[in-house]
Amino acid sequence: MAMPKSDKPLRVGVVKFASCDGCQLGFLDLGPALLDIGLRFSIVEFGEASSRRAPDGPFDVLFVEGSISTDDQLRHLRHLRDRASLLVTIGACATSGGIQALRAWAGNDRGIAGFIAAVYATPEYVDTLATATPVADHVQVDAELRGCPIDTGQLVELLTATAIGRRPQLPSDAVCVECKRAGTVCVMVSRGEPCLGPIISSGCGALCPGMARGCYGCFGPRESANGGSLADWYRGSLGLSDERVAARFAGFTAWAPELREVIDAAGGPPGMRRAASTAASADADVDGGVA
Amino acid sequence: MSRATPHETPHETPPKVRVERTFAVDPLSRVEGEGRLRVVVRGDEVVTAELSIFEAPRFFERLVVGRHPDEVLDMVARICGICPVAYQMTAVEAFERLFQVQLDPQVRQLRRLFYWGEWLQSHALHIYLLNAPDFLGYDSALDMARDHRRIVERGLALKQAGVDLMKLIGGRAVHPVGMRVGGFYRLPSRAQTRAMLPVLDQALADAQETVRWTAAFELPDFERDPLMLSMYDREGYALDTGRLVATEGIDVDPGDWDTVFTEHHVEHSTALQATGIDGKHHLVGPSARIVLAGDALHPLAAEALESSGGVEVIRRNMFAAITARGVEMIHAIAESIAIIEAYQPPADAWQAWEPRAGVASWSSEAPRGVLFHRYEVDEQGHVTKARIVPPTSQNQLFMEDDLRGYVTGVLDLPEFEAAARLEALIRCYDPCISCATHFLRLEIERS
Repeated sequence: MAMPKSDKPLRVGVVKFASCDGCQLGFLDLGPALLDIGLRFSIVEFGEASSRRAPDGPFDVLFVEGSISTDDQLRHLRHLRDRASLLVTIGACATSGGIQALRAWAGNDRGIAGFIAAVYATPEYVDTLATATPVADHVQVDAELRGCPIDTGQLVELLTATAIGRRPQLPSDAVCVECKRAGTVCVMVSRGEPCLGPIISSGCGALCPGMARGCYGCFGPRESANGGSLADWYRGSLGLSDERVAARFAGFTAWAPELREVIDAAGGPPGMRRAASTAASADADVDGGVA
Repeated sequence: MSRATPHETPHETPPKVRVERTFAVDPLSRVEGEGRLRVVVRGDEVVTAELSIFEAPRFFERLVVGRHPDEVLDMVARICGICPVAYQMTAVEAFERLFQVQLDPQVRQLRRLFYWGEWLQSHALHIYLLNAPDFLGYDSALDMARDHRRIVERGLALKQAGVDLMKLIGGRAVHPVGMRVGGFYRLPSRAQTRAMLPVLDQALADAQETVRWTAAFELPDFERDPLMLSMYDREGYALDTGRLVATEGIDVDPGDWDTVFTEHHVEHSTALQATGIDGKHHLVGPSARIVLAGDALHPLAAEALESSGGVEVIRRNMFAAITARGVEMIHAIAESIAIIEAYQPPADAWQAWEPRAGVASWSSEAPRGVLFHRYEVDEQGHVTKARIVPPTSQNQLFMEDDLRGYVTGVLDLPEFEAAARLEALIRCYDPCISCATHFLRLEIERS
């Protein structure tokens, strides 16, 4: 994404769909830099931070948090896309569906109706789609910041690049590479801990291996990730059952295709496992979930 | 509040004959998540006072089914980016009680330090970035910073001190990765923790200054005498130990919240509303804690409370919650300093545990108030059923009552101004709509 330089402050919006608000909190975690952002950017819509609203823009840059999980959200997203020159998705929910995307496997149980009934006493009051999907499934996305949550360093890089009209420099290495750089001993080799590090993009600084635990995939699959091979390693060398293999992959970026296919092959996430005899019809339910 | 008052807008004359008027704020701003409020008044009679939460449901209580307790800790953090530790702490303590894990005392203290860090960052965020602009007449902290840059910087520094404590123990502040059943994945060294002391010394002075600042705010004249609920432990300020107590009658084990409260599902909200089984609802959060557990405050916090005007104004006036948060920041920092000064890392970061089937339930004090978790688990420790009740769902009916009571005092204002006053009242609860929307499992609505 590149934006022509301009002397006028860029009109910036921050909006959310289904999410925890933690990624937009990244803006408020910029510290005193937050106060200086106002010099180069004009924040015209940021509901969590300001009562002065411009919900319809127009926006030079619109940051979108959260995944699309209701019809209203889908309509609203399309409207916002029309009002924004650049649309940037922030965080695992917006870029790959987030933890709530796991509902797509509800078809292995009683479908989304079973999900609603598990939480709400009066299901007819609840309007929800059978899936929670990434923004890019529905509209064109110009740039993305991954992570659950996003890394504030990457946010600063993206804001800086946008302000001066160059491409942001974001890492594309695997978490494994970050461990090597940091001198962190491999938790999978030394402790037998299942770790998604070989197939997940860096961005966190290999936080979990640094804490002596396996990566659980906050930043999503890196390019040409081979999830099937890693899953075979879990089964063969670590002795994990299919259900535990699926559990490790079914985290915060589970709906990314490279992880999704491993979860499907392993029978679905825990609590949403496919019964062997109904595998075919359950697949149909999952695929037919949403427009 | 220094927003426009009737004096400042003499050209607006209130209608002589009051027909039906609707005050609506849609959506609410400077709250976490998506909600709206709507108050309908006919003549002087309030017909409707509704707080609607339209945040999309995410079904966490269903998503954790089939999961191992350590996975549950990582999942429930994602309920809220502002208070992930509250979810992790409540869940981990529920599981550890069921599995009869006896924590090392130093690990216990680090848990509290972790939680105080979250309180500090959450309270600083609310006081400085969300709530104070209402009292000083700004739309946002960014606008406020143009005139009061040093004050906003003080708030950001306080928030950063909380973030630093969370990073020290959990690796990062949003969705930290350090906690596991039985302890932590890794412990910070004594040197790493002591490096926080200069930051906390400055934060303590800043928090004391915060209370002096907010105590001087002019509060709208709106008083009531609410029922309140909080954790209480005479050995230490309300956090994650002791009993669950109310201003009247209730005194139960924190795992037994659901024996005295229930939840209802109403059409206008994706958050369930909690109420006592006797039909009464209780205020939870900083004001309730100060009233019910104030005798366990650190002396420095107690002193600040006293000089700010005392507990009575906090009990009666919701707008004084900003000062309650400031007093709690002082407590959080003072106790954090004491924990760090006494900290000696134990030999093991965590201890092994054996799963057993049963019910794991506990309550703790999230920054916004009482948070209740209940998990049914099988012999492997995997969850078969879950229920999570966040503080905002407990405060929901209370907020509607307060809208009802407060609106009659702002009827003479122009519509937009009256609506802004109502929104400012709701903001004092620091509603976390992201938290409240999803998860509440519900009982049948009582008639």
